[in-house]
Amino acid sequence: MASRFLKSTVIAALLSATAMPALAVDLEFYFPVAVGGKAADTIESLTADYVKANPDVKIDAIYAGGYNDALSKAMTAARGGNPPQLSVLLSAEMFTLIDEDLIEPFDAYVSEDEKKSWFGAFYPAFMENSQTGGKTWGIPFQRSTPVMYWNKEAFKEAGLDPDHAPANWDELVEISKKLVKKDAAGNVTQWGVRIPSEGFPYWLFQGLSTPAGAILANADGNKTNFDDPKVIEATQFLVDLSKKYGVMQEGAIAWGPTPKAFFEREAAIVWTTTGNLTNMRENAPFDFGVGFLPKKERFGAPTGGGNFVLFKEASQEQKKAAVDFVKWITAPEQAAKWSMATGYVAPRADAWETDAMKQYVKDFPQAAVARDQLQYAVAELSTYENRKVTSILNDALSAAIAGEKTPQEALKEAQEKAEAILKNYR
Amino acid sequence: MRREWIYALLLLLPAMILLMGFTHIPAIETIIDSFYSTPRGRRAARFVELENYRTLLADDVFLRAFWNNLIYAAVTIPASIIISLGMALFVHSRIRGLSFLRMAYFTPTVLPLIAVANIWLFFYTPGFGLIDQIRGLFDLPPQNWMGQTDTALYTMIAVAVWKEAGFFMIFYLAALQTIPTPLREAAKLEGAGRWTFFRRVTLPLIMPTTVFISVNAVINSVRLVDHIFVMTEGGPNNASKLLLYYIFEVAFQFWDTAYASTLTVVILGMLSLLAIGQFFFLDKRVHYK
Repeated sequence: MASRFLKSTVIAALLSATAMPALAVDLEFYFPVAVGGKAADTIESLTADYVKANPDVKIDAIYAGGYNDALSKAMTAARGGNPPQLSVLLSAEMFTLIDEDLIEPFDAYVSEDEKKSWFGAFYPAFMENSQTGGKTWGIPFQRSTPVMYWNKEAFKEAGLDPDHAPANWDELVEISKKLVKKDAAGNVTQWGVRIPSEGFPYWLFQGLSTPAGAILANADGNKTNFDDPKVIEATQFLVDLSKKYGVMQEGAIAWGPTPKAFFEREAAIVWTTTGNLTNMRENAPFDFGVGFLPKKERFGAPTGGGNFVLFKEASQEQKKAAVDFVKWITAPEQAAKWSMATGYVAPRADAWETDAMKQYVKDFPQAAVARDQLQYAVAELSTYENRKVTSILNDALSAAIAGEKTPQEALKEAQEKAEAILKNYR
Repeated sequence: MRREWIYALLLLLPAMILLMGFTHIPAIETIIDSFYSTPRGRRAARFVELENYRTLLADDVFLRAFWNNLIYAAVTIPASIIISLGMALFVHSRIRGLSFLRMAYFTPTVLPLIAVANIWLFFYTPGFGLIDQIRGLFDLPPQNWMGQTDTALYTMIAVAVWKEAGFFMIFYLAALQTIPTPLREAAKLEGAGRWTFFRRVTLPLIMPTTVFISVNAVINSVRLVDHIFVMTEGGPNNASKLLLYYIFEVAFQFWDTAYASTLTVVILGMLSLLAIGQFFFLDKRVHYK
């Protein structure tokens, strides 16, 4: 009796094993969520759509925390011998992932024609953090750029033209001065401008250093220019906004409450990622404008956000399926859906030509600002041992903001420290 | 005799395996790793002798974190002990709403630290945070408590003390309840005041608990960093960076595992010294008969 039962179980198990479709591919896919809103739901529903259309592929989309958490999770999983096949990771980590030998370029999985039509479809500013050494290591997806939001009501109250945003640094100071409001005791109730600097000041700082005419790191990721006089000038300006002109709150300013500070009229102008656009649109109790970051020598902003990367440790079928999925999810229709749901910049021009997107921009022209700014955008600071090098710059900027060091001292020191690390990669 | 040895060994084996696997072998591996460079996917680790230790001595972030940790320990340990003892004495006496008060004091301990950090994040937020709203009532200007280098560390300390005092209170409460009532009656007959009774009877009797708590407080001053992840990430400019947070950062954000091992060895060394000190010094002085 017992043996018969055992026999039938074994047969049943064998049958079910062979009954599975021969082509089934299982994919694990990590994605990070960096801003509030509907990003996670949108990724999950897009993935579900793909799986429905391709029943032989099973994709497990796993939420992996913020960008840093996602990287830690992927690296730890890889070191434990169980990496995902696909992941969206911070595009600035490209050199780190190459150095760790974790990812491989997409080039081998696409034809020459596709290299032109697919890779070439993305905005060049986004590809700067995706390509190095003639290879394409990442496909832009969850990409952003910082923009300036301003409260039109506050502008009117201050007697300013609500449709004219500060276009350059001098105007930024002039206009912000008029926006500062104080109560009877002399305490500021509304700041002119808010540029978040807590945690990772380097990113928005690039919205100052790029207009000043500086590029923080070379394209090979092995040399920085932190002590460039233009970088020092940009730092000085950032410090002056609070210390000299008194238009910005002193000290490190947190990222998280920035949208709230805007809604609560704590600050009339805020700089933050375009990824907050949908959040702003849904929650701002007043009419607001979205504009380019002000220029100095030129307009300029960093790009930011996440790329799809392909992990080395995966079977050939898995990689093919993964590339196919990435092609699908970055295709115009899907990219448009994603962009409308989150505010991230649809990473290719043809996504903006879809009917849905055209309609969206017509109703909400602010959505196109980040895209238009892309022609002036540059790569996000990215080097080998990226976290260490950016944290050196972060520390230097924090020290300057806190007034512990002069911009000159802080950045000179930072350049020396970065040199000590990066000279090993030249 | 021999069989007894085998028997004893078998009994000890599970504990030994766990202790070896999770404590001693990793510790030894960490010490070995600290003499090598960090392996990257493209480059294997190589023996670098004391280079990591030389880096450490010249690393101003490490020195800052070390100094911060000293301040953190010097404030949180006595503060949480004194406050917890005060709270325990208070809820030990018979007052109205006793169990509610006990529960209220204990709540911070039950909450996960990440939730605690989020609550405090709201307290500290400049402008619309609770603290600034209260300050606003008195026309005081808003302060960016977590964003200033001179206050960031103390905001972290306040959270730690708030969290720890409730936990230690439970131990003190238990200790207070073991003090026999005849002692109190005898003291009353002798005409001793409350302060004398507290100083001459209560305090010595709860001394073993104080040692236990102080050992825990020392461990926690090195271990309790979760709120820093949520609130300041060690910033601004490393003002609130503690040693364990720095190790985490070096190991899992910079992926410099060799240097992280070096930092770990230093902490391990310091904690061992402290433990030895507490073992030989405090233990003898407390358990007197």
